[in-house]
Amino acid sequence: MNRIPILRLGQALLVTIQVDMHDELALALEEDLTQKIWATGARGVLIDISALEVVDSFIGRMLHAIASVSRVLDAETVVVGMRPAVAITLVELGLELPGIRTALDVERGMALLRRRDDAEAEGDVERR
Amino acid sequence: MSGGDLREIRSSDDVVRVRQEVRARAQALGFSLVDQTKIVTAASELARNALDYGGGGTVRLTELRNGGRSGLRLEFEDQGPGIADVEQALRDGFTTGRGLGLGLGGARRLSNEFELVSQPGRGTRVTITRWK
Repeated sequence: MNRIPILRLGQALLVTIQVDMHDELALALEEDLTQKIWATGARGVLIDISALEVVDSFIGRMLHAIASVSRVLDAETVVVGMRPAVAITLVELGLELPGIRTALDVERGMALLRRRDDAEAEGDVERR
Repeated sequence: MSGGDLREIRSSDDVVRVRQEVRARAQALGFSLVDQTKIVTAASELARNALDYGGGGTVRLTELRNGGRSGLRLEFEDQGPGIADVEQALRDGFTTGRGLGLGLGGARRLSNEFELVSQPGRGTRVTITRWK
């Protein structure tokens, strides 16, 4: 079975979904990412879905599961690049992705993760 | 109903193929990008339902032309256990499987017409239509 590649980008992991995933591939990604967060100690996960023309409830569930597991492992998930037609459809489907941070593109997603790290670093200084 | 083209749904690869064919047809019918996305998403939900709950099934794709209107009708059919309580199945958040329970209700919201016929032990047929 094919796997979706996971790239390391500083303290974050970047996943670019470029194919129309069948369900097993989506489940494999969930497992691979969890393993990789643990192995690398990544602080953030960026999931680029700009190539996805459809996000149905199964993919929505996968994004939600990834975000939840990441959080438990102290990493923040940001879903980036959602197409406008996909966003409209998701809301009508009843899937508003609660608890998942989103950004318009990878650059803004990275900025979001950096701000979180900076804020925490500041908090550490203040606590000392 | 006769006519249209019948496709098998036996694996998750078939679900992907159904999405792709529905997309191509909606595009050919001149659907807007948002309308394409809505019917493809609804088709994905219903194809997966037929696979996960119905043990596999079929979809019949029919292009409709009614005066100046054009539309796409999709009939999903399986011979699975059927749905005992249709009202309950359509409610958001209800699921007996691994999903979010948004499939049926979501597919209904994404379509212009929606019909569900099911009898316990005899399978399920869901017909959706989206007009341009």
